[in-house]
Amino acid sequence: MTSDRAVRWFLRCYLALLFLFVFAPILASVVFSFNSQRFPTIPLGSFSLQWYEAILEDPDVWDAVRTSIIVSISTACLATFIGFCTAYTDYRYGFRFKGAYLALALLPPTIPLIILALAMLAWFSRIGASGQVWSIIIAHTVLCSPFAMAIIRLRLQQMDRNLEPAAWNLGASEWRGMGQVVLPFARPAIISALCLTAAVSFDEFAVAWFVSGLNKTVPVIILEIVTGNIDPQVNAIGTFVFITSITLVVIAQILIMARESKGGTAP
Amino acid sequence: MSEVLVVFDDVVKRFGEFAAVKRMSLEIRRGEFLALMGPSGCGKTTTLRMLAGLELPSEGDITLEGQSLLSVRPHERDTPMVWQSLALFPFLDVRENVEFGLKMRGVAADERRRRAEDWLDRLGIAEFARRNVEQLSGGQRQRVALARALVTEPQILLLDEPLSALDAHLVIRMQGVLTRLQRELGITFVYVTHSQSEAFAMADRVVIMSDGEISQIGAPRDIYRTPANRFVAEFVGRNNILSGKVKRLEQNDAVVATPAGALKVSVGEDNSISEGDEISFVIAADLVRLSQEPPAEGNAVPVSLISEEFIGSVVTLFLESDDGTEFRAQLQERELADIDLKAAKELYLSWPPASGHILVDRI
Repeated sequence: MTSDRAVRWFLRCYLALLFLFVFAPILASVVFSFNSQRFPTIPLGSFSLQWYEAILEDPDVWDAVRTSIIVSISTACLATFIGFCTAYTDYRYGFRFKGAYLALALLPPTIPLIILALAMLAWFSRIGASGQVWSIIIAHTVLCSPFAMAIIRLRLQQMDRNLEPAAWNLGASEWRGMGQVVLPFARPAIISALCLTAAVSFDEFAVAWFVSGLNKTVPVIILEIVTGNIDPQVNAIGTFVFITSITLVVIAQILIMARESKGGTAP
Repeated sequence: MSEVLVVFDDVVKRFGEFAAVKRMSLEIRRGEFLALMGPSGCGKTTTLRMLAGLELPSEGDITLEGQSLLSVRPHERDTPMVWQSLALFPFLDVRENVEFGLKMRGVAADERRRRAEDWLDRLGIAEFARRNVEQLSGGQRQRVALARALVTEPQILLLDEPLSALDAHLVIRMQGVLTRLQRELGITFVYVTHSQSEAFAMADRVVIMSDGEISQIGAPRDIYRTPANRFVAEFVGRNNILSGKVKRLEQNDAVVATPAGALKVSVGEDNSISEGDEISFVIAADLVRLSQEPPAEGNAVPVSLISEEFIGSVVTLFLESDDGTEFRAQLQERELADIDLKAAKELYLSWPPASGHILVDRI
């Protein structure tokens, strides 16, 4: 009995330490973003918002934030749309080479990012489209669609095969059945996919760095700031990026868990 | 009553190489309760889905009130269905589920609501109108599915094994609800089931299907007493099937040489049977008698007891004749009162020739 408790206590400490180890750098970054001193040393100086003020006044940072927001929202919409279409095709139809179709649809995340980024850059310069905002959007959509598809596919698999025919049977055309039954059923997964793909796009550095040209996204400008000199502004931007991403991921996670506990359709 | 509503005309349905329905012709009358019954894979559900437009026939035509349905899309047909899985919409509440069909037909919101509540009331589930369908019990969900299908007041309702997921006592209650509704509304019910008790309890006519073909169509009593062929006789159960060559004809009876001995069976009006024919006939298990002395007349087979099944006032005995032919006898418990089954040295199974029924297909 006592040894059980000891083991449990030990495991809890272990988990806490693990989380501390993983999040310590981010935590440090958040702490130093409010520190008045230029160099990250201990003891800390006084509390200060000067680095936040500095980035708010920096037009390059504003441009990057605007680009990142446009890119991540567009990517989320496009990737979720493509992901939904792919997942629905898989749910609804059986056809030859379906295995190959699914494998192809899920392929992008298995390619090393650098290879994908280089290939994208080469392709975009060839067709004269490198350095545009929409070239980042296309590249990110390629990267994110498989995630959206996987999430939505999981949800559609929980759908009673008769649900859509039941809608047709009650007078809904195929399009109305889609709007009245399939989309409402998949709604939690769709919102979850939107959040997750937005977060992935917002965070993504390698592909954005290769493809973005002058339209830098936030991760790209962070790298530029740190390569130049030691500038605590980076901590402030980092905090902002971390909070944005973690919020999106947590929303996605809550939606996924809520629908798991609710369990789709009853048998 | 006998006006024809739906006609299946030489309908064939193939899935690739596999023929789920082979050359089916069937007339469904207006206002009747028709049950399609058969073992799984016999094509009964495919038949129902073709009527709803969810499958298209590979050959043949299906008409409703004389109009071909082949080019009518599922959502343009007025053939609502109650699904085996119920297929209620989990993201809508009870009333929204029932309103669905009306909404698709463009009925205004307040009219929709009135009619949906009317039906919920009629089926005794008005108090659950705003509940999520997942919070309801099996029987309540069943009623929601019924209300959802009936709210558009169709002339035909399709039911695909709707009671198979319910507990036994609920099945009996829902059978009552269904037959009452069908009589009150006067609409046609087409009911698919593999359960003989459901089909026989509710249907005006039963269609027995086997392997994509219709084996027999008839009133429950006719199917039970006069099965057309060996498949129906076996599927309906509680029958003893005997086969053999006709030795001779005596007045109205044929004397048949079966493995269990020479037995007489009434040929009735049928004068196509002659000496030397191979025929099969059935004797329902509840039409035989058991005695310790051989009876004065009629058929008698000496048998020995293998096992018994005792359900309240009815006893089913499993018996065997000397040659190994198995017999079933379904008797009232009080009929056995003066026979000591365990101690009896000799038992005779007997029945009059008129209780036998010759299968139409002969074999």
